[in-house]
Amino acid sequence: MSGTSSSLSPGFADPAHDAQRLFRRVLDAFSHPGRIVSLAGAAVGPGTISRATTAYLLTLADRDTPLWLAPAFDRPEVRDYLRFHAGTPMVVSRSEATFAVLRHEDADPFEGFAVGTDTYPDRSATLVIEVPSLDEGPIRLCRGPGIDGEAHLAVAGLDDGFWRQCAANHALFPCGADLVFTSGSSLLALPRSISVEVSPCMSR
Amino acid sequence: MPDTSTPDTTIAEGAYNYAYLDEQTKRMIRRAILKAVAVPGYQVPFGGREMPLPYGWGTGGIQVTAAIIGRDDTLKVIDQGADDTTNAVSIRRFFARVAEVATTTCTEDATVIQTRHRVPETPLKEGQILVFQVPIPEPLRMLEPRETETRTLHALSEYGVMQVSLYESIARHGRISKSYNYPVMVNGRYIMSPSPIPKFDNPKLDRSPALQLYGAGREKRIYAVPPHTPVKSLDFDDHPFEVEHWSECCALCGSKESFLDEMIVDDAGKRLFVCSDTDYCEGRR
Repeated sequence: MSGTSSSLSPGFADPAHDAQRLFRRVLDAFSHPGRIVSLAGAAVGPGTISRATTAYLLTLADRDTPLWLAPAFDRPEVRDYLRFHAGTPMVVSRSEATFAVLRHEDADPFEGFAVGTDTYPDRSATLVIEVPSLDEGPIRLCRGPGIDGEAHLAVAGLDDGFWRQCAANHALFPCGADLVFTSGSSLLALPRSISVEVSPCMSR
Repeated sequence: MPDTSTPDTTIAEGAYNYAYLDEQTKRMIRRAILKAVAVPGYQVPFGGREMPLPYGWGTGGIQVTAAIIGRDDTLKVIDQGADDTTNAVSIRRFFARVAEVATTTCTEDATVIQTRHRVPETPLKEGQILVFQVPIPEPLRMLEPRETETRTLHALSEYGVMQVSLYESIARHGRISKSYNYPVMVNGRYIMSPSPIPKFDNPKLDRSPALQLYGAGREKRIYAVPPHTPVKSLDFDDHPFEVEHWSECCALCGSKESFLDEMIVDDAGKRLFVCSDTDYCEGRR
């Protein structure tokens, strides 16, 4: 262990109730794709990853969910924090990961992650992608379960190439990875069931 | 008057983990719920736990409710539409004790509604979660007993066998005779069992603003229908899906729109029809 217990920042103050409260926000985000939910008030975390990513992982990750970290996040303070508070095994191979944390500028974000199988589409990874902002990017239209008609998506920091890969991921439905975007203490979910238009309908 | 209680915080103290299940189990169920929401209508396997009541009494629904419920929630539990039957009363008291949660019988006041075999008559709102207790989650099970086969049929979206069974019903009875657990197509991809609700309730599932979660305890499956998701009852162009109608109205509230239960009230076979949804019925009287 490179970190000592004194250098670890705290996890949930009230594990059962913090996890429940945050899970309901995450469930709200998954049930209403494109909706921005706040995971504020939870643990501050190790700093290198955003507060929303920290809250998401403390809520859902544990010893049963191998975690893959992008090189920028694969640092001792992050590993120690998540190992200690969540018991999460860290994996090097993308294909073994249940959860992955990536940066918005990382190339080929979908490459190598589990997308499930035709008979077990649930055996797929959830990618947590840290972005500069959830509501200040070019506006794209998205449609699918959970959305009444169509919704506007304005996640910043992702180019058309990303959204083309996202469309290819959606085309795998019912297989495919599920996406979670985080920025600061806010989170937005984009399950594989949602189709997002590649070219923005409005730019800013 | 709706019966609303405040949480009981004295009993749960130190006796059980919050909401009965341990945190590890709740996380596992929560992950399964998110996968279920991401793939509407697909049955996600989960590690179902022993619950303090027998299979068939709502063990699946209780595990789903235990994984989502918090101290800010108001819980309503119905059994065949009624708030005051044994199963509903037991489950409501269970969560009042182990989850320190407020309970209500009023559909509009509830944030989480666990149900056995009915959808409330009062339209649900955005933000509400409806948790169904499911005995047999696999809609194709009576047509194909092998799990490996039904799983393949879902993977290939090969649902001819279900259409044939509905056709056979028409050939034999002149109409689709299935009156409950009537199969639906979710978002144009998966055939799903809506649990044994009367087909009268099927239209309420279509594009509902509430989130629907389904839990099957014995079979250890969780599935979901997100808000605003198309849910189509299977039918044929020349035999369109239709719901039951009654020539009678409710003997207590006079409703002509609600699902009615038939009661035999004396030895001479005198019959009475009353609303199955007790909260709806009481609100109209």
